Amino acid sequence: MFALINLSYLTAAVCFILGIKGMTKPATAVRGNQLAATGMLVAVVAALMHQQIVGYETIIAGMLLGGGIGVWLARRTAMTAMPELVASLNGIGGGASLAVASSTWLNTSAAGTVPGTAWSIAIIASIAIGAITLTGSTVAVLKLRGNLGDSRRARQWQGVTLLCLLGVVAAAAVFVSSALECPLILPVLVGLCLLLGIGLVQPIGGADMPVVVALLNAYSGLAGAATGFVLQNQGLIITGSLVGASGLILTAVMCKAMNRSLPNVLFGGALGGNDATATADNSDEFYAGKVKYSSADELAMLLDGARKVVMVPGYGLAVAQAQHAVKELASQLEARGASVSYAIHPVAGRMPGHMNVLLAEAEISYDQLKDMDAINPELPQADVAIVLGANDVVNPAAAEEPSSPIYGMPILDVHKAKTVVVVKRSLSPGFAGIPNSLFIRDNSLMVKGDAKEVLQATTSAIKEL
Amino acid sequence: MDLLVLSFTIFILALFVGVELINKVPPTLHTPLMSGTNAISGIVIVGAIFSAGSSEVSPTLAHALGFIAVTLASINIVAGFLVTDRMLNMFKRKG
Repeated sequence: MFALINLSYLTAAVCFILGIKGMTKPATAVRGNQLAATGMLVAVVAALMHQQIVGYETIIAGMLLGGGIGVWLARRTAMTAMPELVASLNGIGGGASLAVASSTWLNTSAAGTVPGTAWSIAIIASIAIGAITLTGSTVAVLKLRGNLGDSRRARQWQGVTLLCLLGVVAAAAVFVSSALECPLILPVLVGLCLLLGIGLVQPIGGADMPVVVALLNAYSGLAGAATGFVLQNQGLIITGSLVGASGLILTAVMCKAMNRSLPNVLFGGALGGNDATATADNSDEFYAGKVKYSSADELAMLLDGARKVVMVPGYGLAVAQAQHAVKELASQLEARGASVSYAIHPVAGRMPGHMNVLLAEAEISYDQLKDMDAINPELPQADVAIVLGANDVVNPAAAEEPSSPIYGMPILDVHKAKTVVVVKRSLSPGFAGIPNSLFIRDNSLMVKGDAKEVLQATTSAIKEL
Repeated sequence: MDLLVLSFTIFILALFVGVELINKVPPTLHTPLMSGTNAISGIVIVGAIFSAGSSEVSPTLAHALGFIAVTLASINIVAGFLVTDRMLNMFKRKG
């Protein structure tokens, strides 16, 4: 029986690996996800068969409650709110690890077994990573939703973090040496780790939240792996490290796309000054008289003669829920013989690949979605590039002005297109807080307004031509 | 101690498998990948089931924590897989 249960965990881990392998192609991704879900079912059934289990009431009650909340969350969440949902789920996973580790420790303590050092370290890792993921994700969600602004007291938070870290190390040392004699140490350790999670994420600016969410995703996996060490369950270790690796890679992707180093994001709150705000104040002067305004009708005429059109969606498009309006305009243009593609910057949207999901929601074929490296060589041939609520990711300063704070960040070379049309509600700066020299270029026009309204007006103007 | 070394070996090897596997996922699928791996990290439900089900020796607090753990892990699993499925189905139908 024991061998059978353990083989089931192995089967589950294999299902997860094959499931992720399916995710490498859009065509096989749905089946991959279903395979992974099947793996989870196998693991749950195996765990339920364990002889250690004596009562099923609590388990079933928890599963029904959690499952119900899960279904509700999955159905209710809008695609634009996906980063918040993923961040919340990271936190929930961390919370689960924390609860398992604490409960296991209490059980062992009640049974009077003397734990080994390695076991204690695994428990501490599980508690620490779980707790940091829980509170860190909560702060990340609040920042993504805009409920929590950027910290003005970053330095104090760094101090709190440092103190917590020292406290955790001290408490961990006591825990390992005399875990069972001192029952108070568990709540102290948990409390400190929870505070540490807040301290680590609070000083990080809202613009860097996508990186943090990816990192917390990695943490939630590592918390699972640590739980695997506690329970001496290899299936859990394999699964946890898969998720950990995934999160770490996505974190690296985000950092590269934003031209930041991970330590810079993590500790930037305390080290970097807020010089960006000073530049933003000068933006009126920067743009004065140099921006050429245009209208939806003119845009329609411009598009009428265009052969190659590139759409550049940014978060402004997502907020305006304009993905369907883009699709409609693109269909019009395609009917007139133009080729339309979509240039996707890795940080367009608010997490890796978020913009692809939003455009897929509008049934835009993924063959038309081109990532930065694929579209940049094509942009000089584009007749019109339409920038929809994107800002920093198309700022030529990143390529041309070494003095700019975003210098070196990989961008979409939209300014190389024959004509650039910027659809934006105002000249307000993006996340980086700096004015965009794209807007005052000779080949660029600005259509002020909500992305959805402008696109709809353009589509109807084209129909009337 | 031998088991620990074995577990650690598996942990490191699995990290490498993960890196190899995930590097091949195209940027288009990065968001579904994130929510999908999120669901997979709900595997801690295995530990949660032990905590919630083995009520013989456990004091009430440990049992309650087990219940919380099962609930949280279930949310993670169900919401994660369902929302991933919802996203991936959008990619499946071609425009």
